[in-house]
This record gives sequence, structure tokens and C-alpha cells, in this order.
Amino acid sequence: MAQYPDHLHYTADHEWVSADGRVGITDYAQDSLGDVVFVELPEVGSIIRAGDTVGVIESVKSVSDLYSPASGRVLQVNSALIEKPELINQDPYGEGWIFELEDAELGDVMSAQEYRQKIEGE
Amino acid sequence: MEARRYDELVVQKGCDMRETPLTSWHRQHQAKMMEFGGFLMPVEYDRGILAEHMSVREHLGAFDVSHMGEFEVSGADAARFLDYVVTNQPSALSVGQALYTPMCYENGGTVDDLLVYRLKSDRFMLVVNAGNIEKDWVWINRLADGWSAVTLKDRSEEIGLIALQGPDAESKLRPLTKADLASLPSYHAVPTTVAGLEGLVSRTGYTGEPGFELYVSQRDTVALWEHLLDQGALPVGLGARDTLRLEARLPLYEHELTAEITPLEAGLSPFIKWDKGDFVGKAALARQKANGLKRRSVGLRLEGGIARAGYDVVAERGAKPIGRVTSGTKSPTLGYPIALALIDTAFASVGTSLYVRIRGRDILATVVKTPFYRRSRAAAETS
Repeated sequence: MAQYPDHLHYTADHEWVSADGRVGITDYAQDSLGDVVFVELPEVGSIIRAGDTVGVIESVKSVSDLYSPASGRVLQVNSALIEKPELINQDPYGEGWIFELEDAELGDVMSAQEYRQKIEGE
Repeated sequence: MEARRYDELVVQKGCDMRETPLTSWHRQHQAKMMEFGGFLMPVEYDRGILAEHMSVREHLGAFDVSHMGEFEVSGADAARFLDYVVTNQPSALSVGQALYTPMCYENGGTVDDLLVYRLKSDRFMLVVNAGNIEKDWVWINRLADGWSAVTLKDRSEEIGLIALQGPDAESKLRPLTKADLASLPSYHAVPTTVAGLEGLVSRTGYTGEPGFELYVSQRDTVALWEHLLDQGALPVGLGARDTLRLEARLPLYEHELTAEITPLEAGLSPFIKWDKGDFVGKAALARQKANGLKRRSVGLRLEGGIARAGYDVVAERGAKPIGRVTSGTKSPTLGYPIALALIDTAFASVGTSLYVRIRGRDILATVVKTPFYRRSRAAAETS
């Protein structure tokens, strides 16, 4: 059963963002992708807007754009993913986080409950 | 996050998908299902592509490949007819032997690549790609016009096919069959029973590992599958089938071979027999050979990114393309990205530094020897 922690915000594109600006992809997204083998991260210091394409996640069979769920400046990226992209599969809300925004301003996001309903409708 | 897929495994909505005898089994076992060659097929099961891939390299995997098509060609002229239809030489097969061969159009482009088994002196079985069944059937029937001593039969709907691949294949299959597997050479097949089910056991495969392909009646396919899993085979989907065959540099139709790509360009000249008499495409292929190939399929090794089918290959950063990637992935066995690319022969020597254009950036790619992976060497390294 896929998990959607209540304290996170979610996008229709299957990203999550926490109150302190940390961003990743959801359990549903990592499961749909399958084994993640390559991640392209945004640049630290870059200013991004909610909805921007900020990176790429590749599984064995597919290439996916990563959209930012919020606006802000990229404070840090999870460089552990360069060597261990599988962290996204293993721990999508923890060790598999992707980047962190400073003064994040949320874009069009939904609650865990709304997101779960959307997924179950798909 | 939005997925773009760069391969054949695209779900085609609204298209009527065919099923294999195992489709329900795959669904019940939570396989991710996708369209391939008109069939609803498993891409991966719960362990995922990487685990499935390594299971075949290290132990044993079972693949449902019942979507493949089977045609029977029989009659007094069957051997002579097939020598005309394909580029390799089925007439040279002994009974029980098989060969791999391209099948060409008159212009040398590839209709399909297939296996030909000689079941009896005047009876052959062709195993064709799922997505090409209708096209091949029409094509072969057209060529058979005027050959009164040749009979064609499409048996795709009757035959189920399971591939059992990996270093443990022989030891795990042995208890299930009376066939003398130890004395069955590569590219040979024997009619026998497996777990009491009648079928054909063939020492062939599409993974670069030792193994077998088991042809049985469609109604026995699920039972055979379950017997093989009981022997410890891990179910493996088409995702790992693709990464396994790519490491072993085995071509995939619609990628390395198309109606616009000749077997010469794809590096399949060992499967063209020039001395057997006339065959479809011979004149065009001979001309291409005499004039020198303008492009060739090569292996690439990358560092900073994964090349995918359709990406451009360039000789210098920012330059115009000299070819394109036909298949690419991050090799699960080797740990780095590999690709096959059809490129200008001027840049095709091993060791040449090229670039693959990945999302607007030119990433270094070196032309390397293929296959990327070969069993003997890997076995020697791990033992």
C-alpha cells in the first residue's frame, strides 16, 4: 500500500513538498517509474518557479521531467542520489528527497487526502 | 513529474490488445502490464527490472514470450523456398537444428528477424516477432505465390512459448524432462515432454545466457510456467528482456532493424549466405556491400547520462548529427550507460570519441566493442 504522509503537500504531477521546502516524488510516482537509475538535479542557488521543469528522473525504461511544486531559491540538492538514485525507490519521503528550497512559496498543491483520492481515481 | 518513454513499451489507449495464455497470471501477480507488438505483456513484476535482470545473469529467469508468432512451412520445396525468403540458409539445417536469420525486402531493408527450425526434412517452423506477425504472414504468402509444393500455416494462436534463461537453466530443467539436455547443442531443439506436457525444447535465447525456449500448446502454457517457477525460476518481464538482450548486443526489430535498415548496416553479415543462390534482397545487399556501407550499428559507452532511442549522435559538441541511438539504457550488469547507435561509418571505429545529444547537452560517448556483456568473461570474474 502506497503511503502519503499527512504533513506533506502534493501536486498533480506526483511531487511532494514539506513545510520547510524539501521536495521529492511520491510513493505512487516511484512505484510507477520502477527502478530509478539516474537523476538530474537542479543547480544550487538557482531561482525556480512552481511548475518549472527543474530536473529529470530516469528509470530503466523511462525518462521523466521533475516539476517544482513551489517557487524559491534552491538551497541544497540531495547529491547522494547521484551515486544512489535507488534511494528514491527505497525511501521517497526520507533519504530519497531531491532538493530543498529557501523561502518556498507553494504552487498549486493538495493535501494528502486529496492526493490519495486523485491517485485512486486514476 | 511526467514520463516520456523512449522505447516500444508504450500503452496504446483504445487499441485492442491481444493476450497470451499467461496474461491473467501476470495480472494476478501484480505485474505492470503494457502493450508490446499488439499484446498486453508484463514489463516487470514486484521485484523490479534490475532484480529480474540480475536473476537471469546469476541464476534463472522465466519469460512469457507467447506473443511471438509461429509459422509452419512444409512441402517438398519448403527448404528451397525458405532459402529464397530469408538471407541465411535453412536448407543447410539438419533436422532438429535452428538458425537465426534476417528476412529482407527487395531493396535490402529488413522485414523481420526470426528463428527457423527444421522440424522434419520437409517441415520448418519460423518464429517471428509479435508486432510483425500480420506483416510477415502477408509477405511470405505473397512470396509463396507460384510455389505449388509449399504449404504455409500460421500456428501463432496454438503455440505458447516460455524462455527459461540463466546459468541454472539446464540443471533446473533436467528433472522435468526425459530429453538428454547435455547432448542438445546450441541452436538445436528436440520434441519431448516437460513436466508431462508435450512440446519442443530448444537451446536458444535472447539474453546472452545459457538457456532454453520451450514451445508448448497454449492450453499447457500456464501449467508449464508454474512448474518452472516451482524449480526456482523468477518471472521476468519484457523490461529486463530488453536490458539483457541489449547487453548481449542482440538486435530488436523497430530499433536496430527496420524496413529502412539492412542486415549489413545492423552488423548481421554472418547471417547472409551469398553462395546459396538467389534470395529476396540479394542484389540490393550485394550492391550495398560493393559500394561500401555508409552507416553502421555500433556500441557506445557513456559516462554522464543515459542515451535513449532516437537521440542524436554527433562527432563534435554542437555539430550536426552523424547518426542516432537505436537502443540505450544503463546496463544493470556493468553499471554504466550503454547504447547501440546507427552512425556514419567514418566514425564507427572502436575507440572513437563521439557525443550523444541528451536534452540539448552533448554527452561524451565512446565507440566500444560489442557485445557489451559476454557470459564467459563475467563468469571468470565472479568465480
